Amino acid sequence: MAFDAQSRRGTPLSRHVCRHLPAIGAIAAIFVLWEAYVRLSGISATALPSPSDVVEQAWINRDALWRNTLPTLAATLAGFGCSLIVAFALSIVVDFSPLLRRALFPVFIASQTLPLVAIAPLVVLWFGFGLLPKILLVALVTFFPMLVALVEGYAATEREIEELLASMGASGTRRFVTARLPSALPYFFAGLRISVTYAVVGAIFAEYAGAVSGLGIYILTAKNNFRPDLVLAAVLVSSLLTLALFGATILLQRIVMPWASPAKEIRP
Amino acid sequence: MSVLRLELDAIAIAYGAMQVLEDISLTVQSGEFVSILGPSGAGKSTLFRILTGAASSQSGEIRFDGRPISTQDRPFAFMPQRDALMPWRRIIDNCTLGLEVQGMSRRDARAKVAPLLAEFGLVGFERHYPAALSGGMRQRAALLRTVVQERPMLLLDEPFGALDALTRSRMQAWLETMWENHSWTALLVTHDVREAVMLSDRIYILSPRPARIVREISIDLPRPRLADHAIRAKAAAIEADILDTLFSFQEEPTP
Ligand SMILES: Nc1ncnc2c1ncn2[C@@H]1O[C@H](COP(=O)(O)OP(=O)(O)OP(=O)(O)O)[C@@H](O)[C@H]1O
Ligand SMILES: [Mg+2]
Repeated sequence: MAFDAQSRRGTPLSRHVCRHLPAIGAIAAIFVLWEAYVRLSGISATALPSPSDVVEQAWINRDALWRNTLPTLAATLAGFGCSLIVAFALSIVVDFSPLLRRALFPVFIASQTLPLVAIAPLVVLWFGFGLLPKILLVALVTFFPMLVALVEGYAATEREIEELLASMGASGTRRFVTARLPSALPYFFAGLRISVTYAVVGAIFAEYAGAVSGLGIYILTAKNNFRPDLVLAAVLVSSLLTLALFGATILLQRIVMPWASPAKEIRP
Repeated sequence: MSVLRLELDAIAIAYGAMQVLEDISLTVQSGEFVSILGPSGAGKSTLFRILTGAASSQSGEIRFDGRPISTQDRPFAFMPQRDALMPWRRIIDNCTLGLEVQGMSRRDARAKVAPLLAEFGLVGFERHYPAALSGGMRQRAALLRTVVQERPMLLLDEPFGALDALTRSRMQAWLETMWENHSWTALLVTHDVREAVMLSDRIYILSPRPARIVREISIDLPRPRLADHAIRAKAAAIEADILDTLFSFQEEPTP
C-alpha cells in the first residue's frame, strides 16, 4: 500500500528506479561480495582484481577504452543493420513462397552450426582487418534469430483477421502489410532484444580474431600484458554497451507499438 | 413481394475424414433477417467460411441474385465470431478497414465512418486502441466495420456470443433498432435461441455434425419485439419449442 501511494506520487524516473530496484540490488550485491572476497582472501591483483580496481582502471584508461569502443559499436550497428535488412527481405520471400522456405531453411540452420571460433579467423583471413569481416560475423550470428522471429511472427497472425481481410477482397500483399506484418512486431522485438546481445559479443569475437582497434583487440592486448583489470574494464564497457542497445530496443518498441504499452488506456 | 437474394443448394464440406456440413440448403430474401441455430461445432462458422471464400464446398451450389457466386465479387460484409479487431489500429481505423481495402482513401473512409460513431455508441473512443474498450464496445466497433462496407448482405457469426447476459440483451435490443432503421439483408449465426427468435424473420435449425437443416421456422411476431411484454411472452413459447428440437439431438462426444 505504502509502495503504491509512493509510486503514484513519484516522478516517472523514480517510478522506474522503484521497478528496477530488485535488479539494481542484485547487481550491487554481486559487486559487494566480489570486493569483499578480493580483500579478505588476499588474492593477488593479477589473478582477480577487485571491482573498485577495475572501475578505477577504466576511468584512468577512459580515452583508450572510448577509442576502442567506437569501432566495436560501429561493427555492431553496421552488422546488425545488414542482418536486419537481409532477414526482413528473406522473411518476406519465405512467407510468400513455402517452396523457397523449405529450400532455404536448412541452409540457414546449417549456417548457425558453424563454430564462430573457426569461422572468425577465416573471415578475417579473407577480408582483412577492416570493418567488413566484423560486419559479416555480426550479421552471421544475428541473422537467423531475426529471420526466425519474423517468420514465426507472421505465422502468429490471427486466422480470423486474415479471413476477414480476404472476405473484404484484400490482395495477398495487402493482407501481408495490414495483418501479418503488424502481427509479427512483438516477435520481431523479442528477437531484436536477444540478437542485439549476440551482436556485441559477435563483434568483440571478430575483433579478437584480428583487428586494428576495438574492444576485442583491447581485451586481447590487455590479456597478453597480464592486465586482468583492463580485461575486466573492457568487459564492463561492453556490458554497458549491450545494456544501452538493449534499452534502445525497448524504447524503439514503445514508439513503434504504442498500442502495446502499459499506458495505452490513459493516453489514447 | 420479396426477392430471392441468397440461395444455398445442397452444400457439403468435410475437413479430412470428418464430414462437417452434409446437406445445407437455405434461402434468404432481400431485406430478410435469417438466423442459423445449431449446437456448438455443428459447422456454422464453416458455412460462413464457404460463403466468404475462405473454404470451398465439396458439392452444392451458391447463388446470389440468381447467379452463381463464383462468377461475381463476394457480396457479403462478414463479421467473424471473435471480433477480429486489429490491436494495432485505433477504433476509427479498424472501422474503416473494409473501405480502405475497397480502395477508398483513409481520409474519405474516416469521413464516412465518423457520422455513424454516435449510432454505434463509440463517440469519444475513436482514437482508442481496441484493448482499451469493453467487450460490448468492441462488438459494436466490429459491427460498424461490417455495415459501413455497404455490401448487399451481412453475415454475422455470433456477434454477441462472447458478451455477458445483460450486455448481450442490450446489444440485441440495439441491433433490433438498427435493423428497423436500415433494412439490411442479414444471415446471423447464433446458438442463443432467444436472440434468434427476437431478431429473425426466419430460423434454420442445424443438426449436430454432420450438419443438415432439420427445421425451418418463420417468426411472424410484430417488431419491435424486445421492448414489448406481450410479444416477449409469445416469443417464449417459440423459444421453448425450438429448445425441444435442440435438446432432442443426442448428446454426442466431441473429438
Ligand atoms: N480449418 C479447419 N480444419 C479442420 N477442422 C476444422 C477447421 N475449422 C473447423 N473445423 C472443425 O469443423 C467443425 C465445425 O467447426 P465450426 O467452427 O464451423 O463450428 P461452429 O458451428 O461454428 O461452432 P461454434 O458454435 O462453437 O462456433 C468443428 O468440429 C471444428 O473442429
Ligand atoms: Mg462458430
